[in-house]
Amino acid sequence: MSANSVETTGDAVALAPGARVQTWKDVVFSARYGGFAALVVALLITPLFIDGLYQFDMAILVLINATVVIALNLLVGYAGQVSLGHAAFFGLGGYGTAILATQHDWPALLALAAGVGLVVLIAAVMARPILRLKGYYLAMATLGLGMIIYLILTQESWLTGGPDGMSVAPLEVFGYTVFDELVWYWVLAAILVLMYWIAVNITDSPVGRALRALHGSEVAADNSGINVNHYKSLVFVLSAGVAALMGGLYAFYSGFITPSQAGFMHSIELVVMVVLGGMASLVGAVVGALLLTLLPQYLVVFAEYEWLMYGLVLMLVMIFMPKGLVPTLHGLIRRVLG
Amino acid sequence: MSMLKVESMTKKFGGLRAIENLSFEVSRGGVHSVIGPNGAGKTTLFNLITGVYQPTTGRVLLGGQDLSGMPVHRRAALGMSRTFQNLQLCLNMTARENVMLGAHLGLPTSFVSSMLRLPHMRRADKRCRERAAELMEYVGLGQYVHHETTAMPYGALKRLEIARALAADPELLLLDEPAAGLNANETAAIEKLIHNLNKDGVTVVLVEHDMKLVMNISSHIVVLNYGEKLAEGTAQEIRNHPDVIAAYLGAAA
Repeated sequence: MSANSVETTGDAVALAPGARVQTWKDVVFSARYGGFAALVVALLITPLFIDGLYQFDMAILVLINATVVIALNLLVGYAGQVSLGHAAFFGLGGYGTAILATQHDWPALLALAAGVGLVVLIAAVMARPILRLKGYYLAMATLGLGMIIYLILTQESWLTGGPDGMSVAPLEVFGYTVFDELVWYWVLAAILVLMYWIAVNITDSPVGRALRALHGSEVAADNSGINVNHYKSLVFVLSAGVAALMGGLYAFYSGFITPSQAGFMHSIELVVMVVLGGMASLVGAVVGALLLTLLPQYLVVFAEYEWLMYGLVLMLVMIFMPKGLVPTLHGLIRRVLG
Repeated sequence: MSMLKVESMTKKFGGLRAIENLSFEVSRGGVHSVIGPNGAGKTTLFNLITGVYQPTTGRVLLGGQDLSGMPVHRRAALGMSRTFQNLQLCLNMTARENVMLGAHLGLPTSFVSSMLRLPHMRRADKRCRERAAELMEYVGLGQYVHHETTAMPYGALKRLEIARALAADPELLLLDEPAAGLNANETAAIEKLIHNLNKDGVTVVLVEHDMKLVMNISSHIVVLNYGEKLAEGTAQEIRNHPDVIAAYLGAAA
């Protein structure tokens, strides 16, 4: 087809449809502008409202989870590939970093880089065979991968400390040891903002369209010249690498790591954060991580019924907001505004 | 030289021969139609040409290049686009993004340039976005440029597939039943669209059940029956071919 003929016939229309129609509402409700601004403002003012070790600890866990969940949402929400073993990458990154830094006295950042590198390597090798599977089969395979990693971390006590876990030397960068909660808060907040920005860029790009096409129609992607296996591997490795990075930072922050960080329940929690916040919604990923990290703390008042209430909240949200919190509310508000 | 050449191709699914020793050529330009009763192997033929299936024997040549063993996404890079009988659109994207998807190969797709939103990627993507709107206008979907795919009627989605296929700047366009499920007006509009495409230099291979459309527009027709070539020729020749009348048109008339 000659592009020229289209352009010559398209002269009259080039003005209107070519330009991106954007009202102030589009800007406010976009992930790139409105969502980004809301995130930055929230992160900046949060330290003014929280106090004490416990509240900072919660805030830091939210930051770590939110970063992992944004990357996981690229895999699950955008590219439509389920992973029920993602905590294993988080845990493996944590253990890899901890073992090198604590037992072998590697410099902290080098240990972190090596931990992430190890996970990236494993994810890259496993991506091809695993991501050929679809739907339930993919879920099973990722579940299996997660279990294997969990078992290794539990069984190889000589290296990992076994089920009891292991303590981790604090993060020391250029002679400066990071102890202070507020410093951790700012470091992790900056990483979250960076992750969010990268994720927004990816989703709004040719690569992002290719990823979403894997979810929408693999047949269409394939016939548009998109190498389906390549993009599946890419997003799988990216999300695993981010999980490993945050696992390593978590190990440094908490000073202790246990196999449960790599366990099945943690994997499920991460996926639930994606789904509850909203598939293919970056703001949703942050909101999902925020709510589900804090929810158990507030449900403590129900004592032995805590997990019953937790399950009930999840069920109600999914029944009444099947698209997840943020996409549903977003749609609702936009409809009201017209 | 012929643009597309199918050489003594056979495709077996277990004991079933979906395509049996089929050979034909598609010359550059023109509208080449493949017709035949349900189950004649028309869609299977498209899947063999585009690489969804590999033939049991025989081969496909595009511009003289043997496509044997080449995966679908690499064939798409050779100037061949297609649409689907059962729509293959991404409902998780806007209408315009679906069209932009078709232009994937012409865009900078390195991970780093997307991640950091490098200027050359932004510029190329902006051009692509504008061109997608023009293509939607071209296929008659100007009013849907800002629509979600899920908010569009069926007839419009058929055209959206065509717009996506055109976004790749194909030389060869394979249309799988573009008029199926459309009313007479919509079919007439599709006919006009195919005519315009052809005039603009795209070679079209058409699978279609609407005989009026096929006879009006085709420069060359291949008739399949049970996976075998029953006849081949111009619309006039096919209309008067005794085997075709017996096997297909006769039964319908």
